[in-house]
Amino acid sequence: MSGSNVHGIKAIYLFELHRFARTLLTGLFVPAITTSLYFIVFGSAIGSRMTEVDGVPYGAFIVPGLIMLSMFTESIFNASFGIYMPKWSGTIYELLSAPVSPLETVIGYVGAAATKSMIIGLVILATAHLFVAVPIAHPVAMIGFMALIAVSFCLFGFILGIWAKSFEQLQVIPMLVVMPMTFLGGAFYSIDMLPPAWRTVTLFNPIVYLISGFRWTFFGKGDVSITVSMGAITAMLVVCLTIIFWMFRTGYRLKN
Amino acid sequence: MAAILSVRALSKQYASGHKALGSIDLDVEEGEIFALLGPNGAGKTTLISIVCGIVNASAGSVRVAGHDIVTGYRAARAMTGLVPQELHTDSFERVIDTVRFSRGLFGRPRDDALIEKILRDLSLWDKRTARIQELSGGMKRRVMIAKALSHEPRLLFLDEPTAGVDVELRRDMWEVVRGLRASGVTIILTTHYIEEAEEMADRVGVINHGELILVEEKTALMKKLGRKTLRIALAEPLDAVPPDLAPWAPALIDEGHGLEYVFDTRSEETGISPLLGKLGALGIGYKDLNTQESSLEEIFVSLVHAPKGQAA
Repeated sequence: MSGSNVHGIKAIYLFELHRFARTLLTGLFVPAITTSLYFIVFGSAIGSRMTEVDGVPYGAFIVPGLIMLSMFTESIFNASFGIYMPKWSGTIYELLSAPVSPLETVIGYVGAAATKSMIIGLVILATAHLFVAVPIAHPVAMIGFMALIAVSFCLFGFILGIWAKSFEQLQVIPMLVVMPMTFLGGAFYSIDMLPPAWRTVTLFNPIVYLISGFRWTFFGKGDVSITVSMGAITAMLVVCLTIIFWMFRTGYRLKN
Repeated sequence: MAAILSVRALSKQYASGHKALGSIDLDVEEGEIFALLGPNGAGKTTLISIVCGIVNASAGSVRVAGHDIVTGYRAARAMTGLVPQELHTDSFERVIDTVRFSRGLFGRPRDDALIEKILRDLSLWDKRTARIQELSGGMKRRVMIAKALSHEPRLLFLDEPTAGVDVELRRDMWEVVRGLRASGVTIILTTHYIEEAEEMADRVGVINHGELILVEEKTALMKKLGRKTLRIALAEPLDAVPPDLAPWAPALIDEGHGLEYVFDTRSEETGISPLLGKLGALGIGYKDLNTQESSLEEIFVSLVHAPKGQAA
């Protein structure tokens, strides 16, 4: 028992996946249907009147942004709910009294939520393929970037779940902050299309760098360089991890 | 025997300023059943929560089988089980899944035979595939015990295990607890049912206002603090207590058909023979005598209501 608690990580991970499996139908069909709707509206109705963006047909251009949009919200929602529910129902007592380290707890919860996000991202990608041809210039980088995004936003969601004191607080950040930032972060357009002044404002939105980086893995080009995007996602990962370890060390909103 | 739990100068002040624990020192021996008695809000749950890692202590230290609960938390927690007071369950999970989960969480490999035994012992085997939300309160309590036992703890905390539980289940639980003790598990239970402590415990600790005011062998405690009551059934009823009996201050009971005299077993002179002699001298005949030991409950009430400093 002096090393790490692998059984503990596995128990949390499987428990969370099992929770997702109970709602598998809605969990996977909703993103698939949403994606189809986006394609009907943006891809077909609007896209047919749009020129290519950076040499990429508009229908294909929006795919990375669409995947990001769903993965952001799903990651935050699943990870925050995963840790908020035990807090709310009181079953957190067992986690707190168990011989699991903060890192092991995070691997279990965030790993499971990130796994689900990855699956959803891939389902959306597969659905998109039914509508348009989506070239993937750097498949390995694409999967890697997807995984980084999933883990980072699940970490963020985990923080949110520990911080939230009510269901309302749980929803307010994704709805009022992440969603607008994603829409304004170039999910459906290239920031080159904006007037110069707005372009500058947009560059303060961290989401821009994430979507741009993900788009690079598909089309080999983005609004900003891939190095900057990698820097942005790594920074987010580090910040989230730091906050989580501070939370566990101080017992913030977990322990009295 | 070695102490499996050592608590030293443990105190807890909540952020709100509420001081839940003063400075607690306690040793619990391996293999015993220790009952922590005290009124609501006395600090019982806070003490347990600190030992189990749910609440951070403000000062002091706790060791479980020699492992500090902060620096050696893995080893300490791996051998500790907790059944909290409130019914906290995962409503949508199946009974057997949630018990297996607990075993894994505490770092133990899957063991279906053991889980089956635990569920059978707690009469949960037939309900193993039921969702927890379908179970009654008493069954949920059993599930929580099963979860706490799933990783074979050596030290088990039962926080108010029988609060709101029917008589039958309470008897069942006592059986389970005895079985656990027989297998060498140390059990610390909190209760405000004195009956429970009296029935189960080897030693009793009384906690009030965050202070452990007394720790004693149950039998010694009852002997030491016990008061006995002498009941005298009279041959002829009396209208009033004769003035000559005033030094004993007996009470007239059963509409004058009996006298009740309370004496302290600790004192050298219980006053029984002079009282009986006096009755003879007054010509008051009696048919029957019996003495009754006071229950732990009466001892407890007198302790927690005693002003500080006088208690022990």
